Amino acid sequence: MKLFDKKLVSEALKQSVVKLHPKFMVKNPVMFTVEIGTLVMLFVCIWILAGEQSQGSFTYNLIVFLVLLLTLLFANFAEAVAEARGKAQAESLRKTREETPAKLFQSGGIKIISSAELKKGDIFICDAGDIIALDGEIIEGIATIDESAITGESAPVIREAGGDKSSVTGGTKVLSDKIKVQVTVEPGESFLDKMISLVEGASRQKTPNEIALTILLAAFTLVFIIVCVTLKPFADYANTPITIAAYISLFVCLIPTTIGGLLSAIGIAGMDRALRANVITKSGKAVETAGDIDVLLLDKTGTITIGNRKATHFFPVAGYDSDKFIGNCVLSSLSDETPEGKSIVELAKLLGSKSNPADTLIKDARFIKFAAETRTSGIDLANGIRIRKGAFDAIKNISQKAGFVFPDETEKKVKDISSNGGTPLVVSENDKVIGVIELQDIIKPGISERFERLRKMGIKTVMVTGDNPLTAKFIAEKAGVDDFIAEAKPEDKMNYIKKEQAEGRLVAMMGDGTNDAPALAQADVGVAMNSGTQAAKEAGNMVDLDNDPTKLIEVVEIGKQLLITRGTLTTFSIANDVAKYFAIVPALFIAAIPALQGLNIMKLHSPESAILSAVIFNAIIIPVLIPLALRGVKYKPIGASALLQRNLLIYGIGGLLIPFAGIKLLDLAVGIFF
Amino acid sequence: MNSEITGVIVMFIITVLLAIPLGKYIADVFKGEKTILDFMAPVERFVYRICDIDITKEMNWKQHMLAMLAMNMLWFVYAFVMLISQGSLFLNPDGNPSMTPDLSFNTAISFMVNCNLQHYSGESGLTYLTQLAVITFLQFVSAATGIAALIVVFNAMREKVTDQLGNFFDIFTKTITRILLPISIIIAIILAFNGSPASFEGKDTITTLQGDTVQVSRGPAAGMIAIKHLGTNGGGWFGVNSAHPLENPNYFTNMVEMIAQVLIPLAMIFALGYFLNRKRLSWIIFGVMTAGMLTFLIPTMVSEINGNPAISEMGIDQRSGSMEGKEVRFGAAASAYWSIVTTIISTGSVNSMHDSSMPVSGAMQMLGMMTNAFYGGCGVGILNYYVFIIIAVFISGLMVGRTPEFLGRKIEAREMKIASIVALLHPFLILSGTALASWTIVNHPDANWSVHPSNWLNNPGYHGFSEMLYEFTSAAANNGSGFEGLGDNNIFWNITTGLVLIFGRFLPIIGPVAIAGILARKKYIPESSGTLRTDTATFGFMTYAVIMILAALAFFPALALGPLAEYFSLYN
Repeated sequence: MKLFDKKLVSEALKQSVVKLHPKFMVKNPVMFTVEIGTLVMLFVCIWILAGEQSQGSFTYNLIVFLVLLLTLLFANFAEAVAEARGKAQAESLRKTREETPAKLFQSGGIKIISSAELKKGDIFICDAGDIIALDGEIIEGIATIDESAITGESAPVIREAGGDKSSVTGGTKVLSDKIKVQVTVEPGESFLDKMISLVEGASRQKTPNEIALTILLAAFTLVFIIVCVTLKPFADYANTPITIAAYISLFVCLIPTTIGGLLSAIGIAGMDRALRANVITKSGKAVETAGDIDVLLLDKTGTITIGNRKATHFFPVAGYDSDKFIGNCVLSSLSDETPEGKSIVELAKLLGSKSNPADTLIKDARFIKFAAETRTSGIDLANGIRIRKGAFDAIKNISQKAGFVFPDETEKKVKDISSNGGTPLVVSENDKVIGVIELQDIIKPGISERFERLRKMGIKTVMVTGDNPLTAKFIAEKAGVDDFIAEAKPEDKMNYIKKEQAEGRLVAMMGDGTNDAPALAQADVGVAMNSGTQAAKEAGNMVDLDNDPTKLIEVVEIGKQLLITRGTLTTFSIANDVAKYFAIVPALFIAAIPALQGLNIMKLHSPESAILSAVIFNAIIIPVLIPLALRGVKYKPIGASALLQRNLLIYGIGGLLIPFAGIKLLDLAVGIFF
Repeated sequence: MNSEITGVIVMFIITVLLAIPLGKYIADVFKGEKTILDFMAPVERFVYRICDIDITKEMNWKQHMLAMLAMNMLWFVYAFVMLISQGSLFLNPDGNPSMTPDLSFNTAISFMVNCNLQHYSGESGLTYLTQLAVITFLQFVSAATGIAALIVVFNAMREKVTDQLGNFFDIFTKTITRILLPISIIIAIILAFNGSPASFEGKDTITTLQGDTVQVSRGPAAGMIAIKHLGTNGGGWFGVNSAHPLENPNYFTNMVEMIAQVLIPLAMIFALGYFLNRKRLSWIIFGVMTAGMLTFLIPTMVSEINGNPAISEMGIDQRSGSMEGKEVRFGAAASAYWSIVTTIISTGSVNSMHDSSMPVSGAMQMLGMMTNAFYGGCGVGILNYYVFIIIAVFISGLMVGRTPEFLGRKIEAREMKIASIVALLHPFLILSGTALASWTIVNHPDANWSVHPSNWLNNPGYHGFSEMLYEFTSAAANNGSGFEGLGDNNIFWNITTGLVLIFGRFLPIIGPVAIAGILARKKYIPESSGTLRTDTATFGFMTYAVIMILAALAFFPALALGPLAEYFSLYN
């Protein structure tokens, strides 16, 4: 989406006027004082029209009034445009799900009603081609579902009753089969609805950090109220009349209007950026907390490695024909539906194995499925040959029972594979060992760079896996994660989170299953996958529509960006004061104390033009910075001190110097008239 | 000229060299480790026994502050009663009268809060009894109060999650027995050997070279002058303070007094490093504070050494610098150095008259008190600086994308609220006080008080404004030095500055202690590479910028009407 869409802008313009209502303004103490100042200027203008002489020309006062009004409008516009963008994003998601007919399942049969009439607990039925009316959980059936309306991902996904993939989202389309769905949310209370109301501001609460910053900004405002109020008796003592316009201008320029005006826009934009990344946040606080995360728990499968283990090598024992070995491996895996089994067949094909199993061989063959007792699987061919594959110790057992010596060569291979992070599958023919298949986890390309980036941010990554510690260690090292939990049970995750939290760290995790729910709730940032169970989604504080396990990394960056944008604009705003002082203070006193011309280091043309230039600069800097507030200041993982140095240089020193140039330039123009 | 500047540099280097081991010693005392002064333990135990204090009972921050306020309240009542009745008490060889109620109010508060603003002259305003039992006593206990409050904050900064921050009475007593008393004795002996009086005899009569007879006040002054500097109190035995030949006889005593007043503020910085085992942090704090001092010192020394152009125009030689209001035995450079040190540190003793300083120097002296965090007074300097650290940590924490934390504790809304109030208070007290005085002069010049407001100021115009601004700045910063030229011993100034003194003292102590106490109860977060380190030069720069922009800039309009207007008028 473009930053300033035409439709958005016109809506935002309207809102910026509506938001002038003191009811809204009072929430932002900095801008509220500007509003009071603007009103005072309005009265001064009227007063001058009524014949008052001491306050300078009407035009000058009118311009000050208008510039202050603009300052307010700009600030409101920033907030309105951020809201409008967030709303537009959310609306486009919501559109898909409005007013879909739903087949309500009742005791008497099926009744077609509008989705808006569905209530929590209702059960409806979806056939192939139907749009799912509302968020819910499948209670019966299995179906392929097109979730592209929500995720943008065109590949259909499978959802089925029971288990961790039972959740369906309103607005998605059933492609095949039939499911019975129980509604899990009240209409208008789905995550998306919550998100929209957060963005719209109705239920938006200030985050703790925003509150702390508002306090600081209010303190700055108070300091300058004191400065300006006490200036009156000072000036009286020095016999220096100061116009009301000058007082108000000094005040408005000194208080941190730049950050005050952009503060809520920055917060909304943060949630909006999360939404753009297809993450629905339940509160603004969650986004902020994400920026503070110290520890990240990631599931190995799907996050660090691609799907499941794959066969990578065939190692026949010495003297056994390689092609024949591969052939036997394929035979033993033909009926093996596990991803590992399939990958053995695939690898054989890839190697161009000529030993395509003849149909005659398979005919009348008996397939032995994997059983927990034997921990092997295989095939009994019609010609009496028994092929088995399985874990090292299981096959070793079989072979030794049959009186064979387990070959040293194979034993060594098995160890090599294990210590390289692979899983060895030993293959036997009639109980005699004939070789080993190596299975390997495939680490996602580019994942170690992402972990490196996280490390630079100061975030510790932890891999959670069901693998044995040796394999887990190898993969952890190869992928570059800092720690791992091997042979993990759900409660291990929970315990790990609690342990880290007890040491004062903030933990984030992603999960989908119901058994993840307690850990999701315990974690400081819990991201539930949209495909996950309702329980998981309720427990977490974010929902990832893309079901992308690496999404946490983006969420962390969005959180950091949010804080950085606030911090840098605060610094910028405060640093601006130096130049503004040097513009306005001489202007206040020069008439009575000509010597103070020496303070006019910018050599501004006249007191009026100096004051006008300062307030105009103060006003236009707000819209100039709106794009930055909405996009966010870029986060670079270069270490905290280096980052502070960089941002201090750009926004601190920049904030010190830019207004000198800006006010001087404006003065060159304004000076022509005043 | 060069040797004068060298003298200043040498003074500073000696101070730092003494402060480092003293800092380590102070840290050892409060960590409960063995120190060379452990023989004082029986004295302390005796104090605890007669006061019925159980030092094993630790206190939370609220109890600490309650203990502090209770003791201070007691001292105030005691001092007030003594001052108002001193004329009829013993040890009054010169027959000096009792103080008026408003002057006793102001003086009692002023010394209780470690400010030592003096609206009287020691020679005629006090008796030997009150000089010793009130003034010198308060100079010890007020300095100890500030140091003890800082030690409470040190305790809170440790990694341990607790609200038990030691026993206030224990810390307070040890501050006196282990630090203030022993060092004061050494300084007092040095001063006495160099000519400061230490007798109970009354005024002496001498005949000058011109043949006039002069009555010279004396008294047991050496000890008081020692603690006056060591405790960053600043209130002189004699009216003209350390410009008086008996209070500060020569360049050597000038060095000793100079070193004495900077010693503890510097040592406390290093003590922080040793106490928390964060030496880098203490060096960064030292660096920022020194940079702050130099920011004010360099313009002052330059303008004082260059002399006054208005006097040059009259054909008077200015090669020895601007010597109006200065003592020849100290010279322009050392006087300039003293004037900045005494204002950035809340001592407020003077060896030259600040009223006669060049306009730039006046501005810098006021800025020293307006920022009030570069070294600062005994204990309270770091407490003030702590508030600025909290604000700087908050802003820079945001800039690196992390909820701000300081020494492993998260800074949240509550801490920001307290820090904001404390940071706000200082400009509020100074500006509103000066505004009230200006308003009174403009609108009620003939108010029916003992001194008409129209007669308050010796100098009209910009300089007069500076005199008022300086007085309130000095009171709010608990500094105690005066720009003089201000008729300040009257009900308006006694009462207004008295109130400013109380607020300017206790809120800036309670605020940081409260923040530290609240933080100490929060979970300790170990550092990671994402944590913003506060012991780096970048963060130091940030703190410096926050102090300058927040504390100094708020006074820009006021300074423009006072010293800056004077400066530009002078140099045109």
